[in-house]
Amino acid sequence: MQDFLEFKAISKGYPGVQALADVSFSVKKGAVHGLMGENGAGKSTLIRVLSGDQSADTGEIRIDGQLQHYRSVRDAFDAGVIVIHQELQLVPELTVAENLWLGRFPGKAGVIDRSRLVGVVKEKLAEIGIDIDPTAKVASLSIGERQMVEIAKAVMADARVIALDEPTSSLSSRESEILFTLIDRLRAQGKVILYVSHRLDEIFRLCDSLTVLRDGKLAAHHPEIAQITREQIIAEMVGREISNIWGFRPRERGAVRLEVKDLAGRKLRTPISFSVRQGEILGFFGLIGAGRSEMARLVYGADSRSQGTVSVDGATVTPDSPPHSIRSGIVLCPEDRKFDGIVQGRNIEENMAISSRRHFSPFGILQPKKEAELADRFIAKLRVRTPSRKQEIVNLSGGNQQKVILGRWLSEQGVKVLIIDEPTRGIDVGAKSEIYEILYELAGQGMAIVVISSELPEVMGITDRIMVMCQGRVAADIERADFDERRILAAALPDVANASELPNQQVQSR
Amino acid sequence: MTSLKKLLLGEQGLVVIFAIAFAIVALTVPNFLTERNMLGLLQSVVTIGIVACTMMFCLASRDFDLSVGSTVAFSGMVAVMASNASGSIIIGLLAALLCGGAVGLVNGVVIARFRINALITTLATMQIVRGLALIASDGRAVGINDPGFYQLALSKFLGIPTPICVMAVFFIIFGFVLNRTVFGKNTLAIGGNPEASRLAGVNVSNMRIWIFALQGLVCAVAGVLLASRITSGQPNAATGLELSVISACVLGGVSLAGGRAAMTGVIVGVLIMGIAENVMNLLNIQAFYQYVVRGLILLLAVLLDNLRSAAAGRRT
Repeated sequence: MQDFLEFKAISKGYPGVQALADVSFSVKKGAVHGLMGENGAGKSTLIRVLSGDQSADTGEIRIDGQLQHYRSVRDAFDAGVIVIHQELQLVPELTVAENLWLGRFPGKAGVIDRSRLVGVVKEKLAEIGIDIDPTAKVASLSIGERQMVEIAKAVMADARVIALDEPTSSLSSRESEILFTLIDRLRAQGKVILYVSHRLDEIFRLCDSLTVLRDGKLAAHHPEIAQITREQIIAEMVGREISNIWGFRPRERGAVRLEVKDLAGRKLRTPISFSVRQGEILGFFGLIGAGRSEMARLVYGADSRSQGTVSVDGATVTPDSPPHSIRSGIVLCPEDRKFDGIVQGRNIEENMAISSRRHFSPFGILQPKKEAELADRFIAKLRVRTPSRKQEIVNLSGGNQQKVILGRWLSEQGVKVLIIDEPTRGIDVGAKSEIYEILYELAGQGMAIVVISSELPEVMGITDRIMVMCQGRVAADIERADFDERRILAAALPDVANASELPNQQVQSR
Repeated sequence: MTSLKKLLLGEQGLVVIFAIAFAIVALTVPNFLTERNMLGLLQSVVTIGIVACTMMFCLASRDFDLSVGSTVAFSGMVAVMASNASGSIIIGLLAALLCGGAVGLVNGVVIARFRINALITTLATMQIVRGLALIASDGRAVGINDPGFYQLALSKFLGIPTPICVMAVFFIIFGFVLNRTVFGKNTLAIGGNPEASRLAGVNVSNMRIWIFALQGLVCAVAGVLLASRITSGQPNAATGLELSVISACVLGGVSLAGGRAAMTGVIVGVLIMGIAENVMNLLNIQAFYQYVVRGLILLLAVLLDNLRSAAAGRRT
């Protein structure tokens, strides 16, 4: 088969950064092509260029041999290129069918032909094997289902090239599997799929071929994915070998630091109790919706408690509000960095100093020098990659944003409990192990650390103990010595929990 | 980008445009660049200028306050009536500050604690407070008994009328508060991302209450100065002030979406409003046209701002 989608010598620079330099590769018809690379490697820029959102400085894109000259997303759309972003572009208050027809409703003189509206969609959905009611409102669908609708939208528009940017980042593994089946079907129909992901499992599961980018350049192009190994890809991504990305080191555990007793709130009705010792890294694992993040928000006081207590080193934290938690030494790095973590429109320095500046601002008057010192210190210590502390935080990659938020808390003196929700979501391999290193170091200094993750290898790789949550309650509490993938997964799956009282017994047996 | 475009769309674009406009007006409009006219111009923007200081905070934190015009009238009214009744100007001033602060506090508590939309809340208090001013005075202007009260507006400090000095001091204070204090930074952070700020330990609801309470207090200061200048408490004073103040802020590059504000911008915005009116008066343009011109200036400024953020977006 011939090359269907071709990138030729694409370059794109922004002031101070060469985002893409002379990138060329091609994808065959009916292939799923993986695009990997660390954050900041140029994947997003390449996708933007492909989607018409940004134009390349030099180079050309050909589809089916035809040179493309598009200047906008609309032009790319007309050429059959559709990019599905992490933030889905659906109107929640409209139905699935209405969303799929949006912009070109069927009908005469502005009156919508309702039977065609639903009928055609029904046909299309059946054709690609999506089992969703076309008359359901998008707001009532799960994230996974919305993603399906987004893909259906691309199919409705007769897309020839569909690019998916980290589609599984907010899907459960079951939802991901449905997505993969759908992608297989699209491949069979001869579509070209460009698949951006950080997850190697997915790349091997789905892709026929693979391109790895590093620092805006083509690091490797593999026309056949069968011939390469994981280690090889990782090495190509980071430019060096990473033998063990977890790098786990056992530590001494001291006295109990964080004690949570019978804690419950509006979104977590079953009371939860647990404790974390000095130097301990406790993992919380569970499927999406199991209540892990809700638990974290309750402990931190981000949501209000209906009952229960939280204490640090024996002292009860009260009342439940983030400022009080911070003063008692509990801090939270939230799951959704974009909405709950970073303050957009502000630079690195201000994002770091937002909380700790109260320590060195007499009468609330800022000390710019001290803030600058603080920012520089933590930029160096946490190895935040940025041209300066004045860089707008939105321009940083996910890993560097996470480091800034860590810096925000480390600059608080006397943090005793660090709760970190999805520490490496959307973060590349190199930055991941750096963040793990930071966590080990903090635990080594006696901090109690709570890690919440939906990636099982990660929780198993870096924690001393795992509490598995399922449907809002703790289903199991397992020490590192007893870590067993199947046991943890079994506890996390709701069917098992409903079928018997086994998970509760596991808790009691401890 | 050409260097001219860069200059106009850059950080200080508004200041540059203002300077150019000022120079053109000074050269072409007779009697514009005289000391008398300049002081008159500044006098005419005192109310807008003072209230804009705190409106800037309000907008920067993603809020909105429509009740400022009513609060100015009401607190001016209270100042006159309380000083007439007690025979003490000081008591009048304190009563005005108390009432203004109370209006702001109510706004803040309703908005932050009961989570009612700021637009609706202040739309309601705008009418309630205007009503209170009318009830208190029975709908009539209340004359000032103590001539000492006039001195607030008439007196001069270093040859400059006191209200202008007060405005200048407010510009300095609030510029400092915005840029150099935790309060200012937290205001901008809340506007940039309220939830992230809350999780970062900023007490968002207290901050919002403070911002509105300050707004009320500052309105009271403006109200007192206005009453002193018009030598009476007028229940219908400062109608439509809220829109002029918000216009001035937006002209000055304060984002209605929150998170972006600069004192210099607001000062320039206030002065542009004042100069436009002043020039039109000097050129004997009928008042009816002035509304059109003011609206056009606002639209142009917003378009310019849009161009500027688009240019900034391309740069990063």
